[in-house]
Amino acid sequence: MNWISNVVRPKINSLFSRRETPDNLWTKCEECGNMLFHRELTEALNTCPNCDHHMHITPRERFTALFDNGVFVEVDVPEPLADPLHFKDQKRYPDRMREARKKTNEKEAMLVAEGDLGGVKVVCAGQDFSFMGGSMGMYVGNAIIAAAERAVKLKAPLILFSAAGGARMQEGILSLMQMPRSTVAVEMVKDAGLPYIVVLTHPTTGGVTASYAMLGDIHIAEPNALICFAGPRVIEQTIREKLPEGFQRSEYLLDHGILDRVTHRTAMREELITITRMLTKKPPHVKGDLPAPTLEKPKAEDKAPEADKAASAEK
Amino acid sequence: MQNYLEFEKPLAEIEGKAAELRAMARQGEGVDVGNEAEALDKKAAAMLESLYKNLTPWQKCLVARHQDRPHCIDYINTLFTEYTPLAGDRNFADDLAVMGGLARFNDQPVMVIGHEKGNDTKSRIERNFGMARPEGYRKAIRLMDMADRFGIPVITLVDTQGAYPGKGAEERGQAEAIARSTEKCLQIGVPLLSIVIGEGGSGGAVAFATADRLAMLEHSIYSVISPEGCASILWKDGSFAQDAAEALRLTAQDLVKLGVADRIIQEPVGGAQRNAKQAINSVGLAIADMLKELTPLKPAELRKQRRQKYLNMGDKALVA
Ligand SMILES: [Zn+2]
Repeated sequence: MNWISNVVRPKINSLFSRRETPDNLWTKCEECGNMLFHRELTEALNTCPNCDHHMHITPRERFTALFDNGVFVEVDVPEPLADPLHFKDQKRYPDRMREARKKTNEKEAMLVAEGDLGGVKVVCAGQDFSFMGGSMGMYVGNAIIAAAERAVKLKAPLILFSAAGGARMQEGILSLMQMPRSTVAVEMVKDAGLPYIVVLTHPTTGGVTASYAMLGDIHIAEPNALICFAGPRVIEQTIREKLPEGFQRSEYLLDHGILDRVTHRTAMREELITITRMLTKKPPHVKGDLPAPTLEKPKAEDKAPEADKAASAEK
Repeated sequence: MQNYLEFEKPLAEIEGKAAELRAMARQGEGVDVGNEAEALDKKAAAMLESLYKNLTPWQKCLVARHQDRPHCIDYINTLFTEYTPLAGDRNFADDLAVMGGLARFNDQPVMVIGHEKGNDTKSRIERNFGMARPEGYRKAIRLMDMADRFGIPVITLVDTQGAYPGKGAEERGQAEAIARSTEKCLQIGVPLLSIVIGEGGSGGAVAFATADRLAMLEHSIYSVISPEGCASILWKDGSFAQDAAEALRLTAQDLVKLGVADRIIQEPVGGAQRNAKQAINSVGLAIADMLKELTPLKPAELRKQRRQKYLNMGDKALVA
């Protein structure tokens, strides 16, 4: 692993992108239609300051904002066989891959990194929806296994950000086999007594939801993310009725007991720090909080007379 | 009464003609049709054999879904004794798309779990055409847990087009139920063997088929998505299902080459639907064989090997 290039690259990238995109560039929020300054949007991690709409964010951008000082080291992922089925639909699979690589400047649909989060060493895996819809193929499976092995080695929590339309059809049954494979990876982390936290982002569907995305110790979702096994269109075709407003969105799932929390992207870092520090039994993160209240033992004269009676009645 | 598939039409004609001749002979109309009928029978038998020797992936999908194929219930009734169905997920409902319970296989106690599609309109509706809801997977999890506690091997029979895509199913955590069922398959310390008897449809199949040994019937399929679904996404037109079936490599034969399935169970000539008894018997022999292989292994060893099997998966490519 080239430590220097991996650590330094995110910083250089962010410098370049700042220079290339002038501050007066506007982006229109696809939800509320408000015009947003590019810088304003970047600072809010691609969420709309007006309506809280969460737009796409790449794992690299996310990790830069997530890890302490934006510093992380990529974890190597073993390369799987390319195109094992020789899959061809209207395009050849290798051609689709080439296009995706060119478009995203990324190798595949998942980025794995380690670094400090609020002073705690963690391993993070981030799925990239912009790379072929984040689809789960053998590389994604290998990435989750590599992340789990690294977490076990470092005795570090594993945090996984999911985003995918499901399995990668071009890898046929081998993409489906990433459901059990990723589950084995999750078991490794759990067997080692380490926290496995899943952050579900828009969209998380199909075989991804039905495997590693639903096996977390804690499930946190970004607001209004579509999270489901079967997509709403398939369900509407099957049951031939209109689905209720907000169906299969984060808040709906929270209501139905499937998630622990729904958390705004800009609050995610602090929340993950709080949770991982508690689960790894570290002291609270110093962030200007008031000190914990000191609890005093009640003095004898403070006791309420009723409490006394109750206590004597028990005897 | 034989139910013919589209590609069996020429066969249907010959077999129909032979039957007609025999009927005429019985009514005394034709004098000597015996030889002619026999010749037609021979022709039909040869055609059947060659058709089924060269089934295309799409034709295999049709055969795997054939309504006359033996279903989970037929295997359970024939191969097991003292089958004692156990119902419910202890939480919400009993899902009849999933059958399961204690039974004896060659007198040995086992836990048998499988998808049941139903065999007439009434039972098909009751069993939701074998498409399980979360309760079905949660029942399976409960039964696998029980088997694990008492050291009883688990046998799963896979036959589903997929988990049910319904409103309630989603609200009650379909994805979580499937994920937990797959997880349970990987956790238990007892032998777990699985047989795809018809359709192995996506995540709904993975939840049962993540096993020490996976056997597939000769004309069964196991796929990440149905060919129709794949065609409508990648070709933007469901009528390209035949092309999708080719591309997906979903046949038992390809799955063995890819290392996903461990063995193929031969079907009678013309498929399991033509001779259910023989197909069920072959499955029974394969179960006995696989149980014998796995029974000596200790719980920790079973778990380790099962997990390793999945970690290793994906190192075999198909020849173009
Ligand atoms: Zn907005």
